[in-house]
Amino acid sequence: MLSSWPILSIVTFLPLIGVLFILLSGGDKKSAEHNSKMLALWVSSFTFIISLILYFGFDPDFVGYQFEEQLEWIAGSGISYHLGVDGISMPFILLSTFLTPLAILASWRSIKQRVPEFMIAFLVLETMMVGMFASLDMMMFYLFFEGVLIPMFLIVGIWGGPRRVYAAFKFFLYTLAGSVLMLVGIMVMYLQAGTTDIPILAQFNFPPEYQFWLFIGFFASFAVKVPMWPVHTWLPDAHVEAPTAGSMILAGVLLKMGGYGFIRFSLPMFPDASAYFAPFIFALSVIAIIYTSLVALAQTDMKKLIAYSSVAHMGFVTIGIFSLNEQGITGAMFQMISHGLISAALFFCVGIVYDRLHTREIDAYGGVADVMPNYAVFFMIMMLASVGLPGTSGFVGEILVLVGAYKANSIVAFFAATGLVLGATYMLWLYRRVVFGRAEKGDVLRMPLLNNREISILVPLTVLILWFGIYPAPLLDIINPVVSSISETVSNAAMLTANLQ
Amino acid sequence: MLFTQMTFQAALPEYVLVIVSLGLVLMAAFVGESSNAKKMVRLVALVGYAIAFATIFILPSESQSIYMGLFKVDGLLVYMKALVLLGAFFACFMVNDDWSDGVEKPEYQVLIMLATLGMLLMISANDLISLYMGLELQSLPLYVIAAMNTKSLKSSEAGLKYFLLGALSSGMLLYGASLIYGFTGSTQFDEIASVISQNGASSGVIIGLVFLLSGLAFKISAAPFHMWIPDVYEGSPTPVTALFAIAPKVAAITLLLNVTHVVFADARLEWMQVIIALSVASMLLGAFGAIMQKDLKRMMAYSSIAHMGYALAGLAAGTQQGAAGVMIYMTTYIFMGAGTFAIILMMRRDGVPVQKLSDLSGLSSSHPYWAFGLMIFMFSMAGIPPLAGFFAKWYVFLAAVNAGLIPLAVIGVLTSVVGAFYYLRIIKLMYFEDADSPLDKIAPKENVIILSISLLVTVLFFFIIGSLREWTYFVVQSLPVSGSL
Repeated sequence: MLSSWPILSIVTFLPLIGVLFILLSGGDKKSAEHNSKMLALWVSSFTFIISLILYFGFDPDFVGYQFEEQLEWIAGSGISYHLGVDGISMPFILLSTFLTPLAILASWRSIKQRVPEFMIAFLVLETMMVGMFASLDMMMFYLFFEGVLIPMFLIVGIWGGPRRVYAAFKFFLYTLAGSVLMLVGIMVMYLQAGTTDIPILAQFNFPPEYQFWLFIGFFASFAVKVPMWPVHTWLPDAHVEAPTAGSMILAGVLLKMGGYGFIRFSLPMFPDASAYFAPFIFALSVIAIIYTSLVALAQTDMKKLIAYSSVAHMGFVTIGIFSLNEQGITGAMFQMISHGLISAALFFCVGIVYDRLHTREIDAYGGVADVMPNYAVFFMIMMLASVGLPGTSGFVGEILVLVGAYKANSIVAFFAATGLVLGATYMLWLYRRVVFGRAEKGDVLRMPLLNNREISILVPLTVLILWFGIYPAPLLDIINPVVSSISETVSNAAMLTANLQ
Repeated sequence: MLFTQMTFQAALPEYVLVIVSLGLVLMAAFVGESSNAKKMVRLVALVGYAIAFATIFILPSESQSIYMGLFKVDGLLVYMKALVLLGAFFACFMVNDDWSDGVEKPEYQVLIMLATLGMLLMISANDLISLYMGLELQSLPLYVIAAMNTKSLKSSEAGLKYFLLGALSSGMLLYGASLIYGFTGSTQFDEIASVISQNGASSGVIIGLVFLLSGLAFKISAAPFHMWIPDVYEGSPTPVTALFAIAPKVAAITLLLNVTHVVFADARLEWMQVIIALSVASMLLGAFGAIMQKDLKRMMAYSSIAHMGYALAGLAAGTQQGAAGVMIYMTTYIFMGAGTFAIILMMRRDGVPVQKLSDLSGLSSSHPYWAFGLMIFMFSMAGIPPLAGFFAKWYVFLAAVNAGLIPLAVIGVLTSVVGAFYYLRIIKLMYFEDADSPLDKIAPKENVIILSISLLVTVLFFFIIGSLREWTYFVVQSLPVSGSL
């Protein structure tokens, strides 16, 4: 039967088969480019369809790992090839497989050089992302977590904008510096527990003094990935220089690795340390939300503005996670999925006008609604979703996070809510300056309407954003059972810590 | 009882190399300098290495010492010998006939083979005398081949510098050995070990040990004994540099491992401090020193200093696990080094070898396969998973953490981030920049074969690591240091 197939391995490594096909398909330059695009699109779409099996075969009431696969890898050392999903990782896998074909489609025309190489890098990136979320072994997790750097470094560095070298180096070295500290943490955990198996480690009660240092090691890695203030500075650079598809995946999936790491590792494995550090993380997140929102207000570059807004939105995620209660963590999860869709869509919206005018300066636009009414509609939906308007997925995540934050600390909730107002300000202002007004500039007047390819990217994103906004139950049902079991562990620890203090 | 069948079998690879290298001397003397003759010499040398490598598989795997305790073999040493022979084979295989860097002379092959023989003897040394003999047999031919390109001033400088500093380090080593002999009453490793375990290490022995370790640190070019290596790497003919980068360090670090983990196993706390200092200094110097380099070979020299620092972190643990980590590290080091130098050897513009970093710019458009290979080796050396270099670092630092050396591991991983910077710079040159004038479109099949083999091993290392770990963890169990596996 279907359930006996190694679905997760197939989803993880199918893109590599696509890489093989691209390498084997020869031909002259033009046909090689076309073939590689088609192959990448088909393989990634097929991967998405197969990953849907995960969704439909998933039992949301079962707290634990499903579709598990375990094979011997490094014999006798407690390190194995172990895959599996639960309510936390499954949505991220679907998000990755869903966004990859859209990103490939988004780069259909905008990537002109070294097309086959670009498609190969993208498919490798997909394998790394899916593998990371599917790993149930620390060693494998780390392999994929770091492996992501290789294709992303190349994507930013080869196909990026004018300052691409700087941005690629900054991205790579920041992330690496964070993750090597996690690596030392993983070693310590491995030596303590004798295994890198995540389910076993989650049950392993690390002594509090170990938890303290381990938490810091893991925090260094995830905080850079999220990114949290003050280690967020790589993100605006990477986003501005990355090609559109790179930005979509970067904001859509890669930023979620940090939040996923916090929920998967930090909370269940170091509950005492999580409770201990929660106020510190609240402080960083509140600064992130307010500071980066203000910075976003001052931006003149559309991509940079959205990049800073991502930092602010991820601030909500960290607040939600470290509120350590069910609403907060559920909200953070929901916010990550929703932000994955919205930010990918927003970066694509910037990419659309960039392809036409080759500038991201906000001042170069104005009155786009006159010439591209259909674009204005899509952009508006995305913009409102980013602001968190009820009826869009952005709202559900933010309200849950705020409820959770209020339960944990009402002052934090107050400041976080301030961030919402600021968010509305910079997004609406951006929209007004780009879309409204009279189209007067010659270049703007000549902008063609959205073509079918662009619409076919925007429509699925819009549908999901609205669907999760109006009827979030399918996603919440998947997330909830796991989150409530995690939050129970952590809040017990939090209570103990509070009592001790 | 000097030549029983047992002694013969235990030293089989050495016998093969002795016979073949003596044969090569005769051949080189009589066949002249025609290109056919050179081809033949090289072919015979390759066959020699191959036979020696094959005999590795029939060596006894249990520990035994022969020649009145001068010479020792066991599973660990045999494994390291296999690595050395593999490295020597690679280096010799890649020296194509038309590489006219001054190494086209037939005596080149003879000298390399003698040096390889010295390396094998070093690995098997079980006595201070045989240690020194192996070391010098290894070093002297290397001094000569570093200066082999008599037309190049830099090559002569490299040879001279290598010789002078090498002689200095030999002096230190000998002085240390004489102190150890004086205070323990024996040059034989087993006896020294038993004296130390009975009486503890007296301060005279410890001073001797420090001198001995300094001499060995020079051979593996650990900081602060690294001064010779950038100049020697840069100045020597590239095929010679390739050899330096692959084989001798395996032998020297094995000797270091042998001395510390076997002979001075009971003085662990004393030598650990030395090794930790060497390790930290090498990691820092390798990482920061490479940043400013403009010459590819020079950069590789600093990179190898850093690699030795990482390998020493495994030694510093002073456990069986650490020794296994070093074995895994040297395995990956050989393949990454061979692959990288296979490419550097092919770098030519208008027939002239080039070795500046800037010569790599735009390599990805003119030579996609080379660029891809070099990129993978660079990522691997930076320790990015899932490539081989990551697993190597994992096992040495795991041992260090397990021995309680967490600060050392933290310094190590942080310097690897600094190191990543200069490795990335090479990738940047190849992929993010355009070429002004592309390199020659040549592809000697020898180099491409080595490149491909190394590439396969580096990329698919996660398939090998399971059995490699099992094997290395098995053979290190004979070491008389604490287990904690």
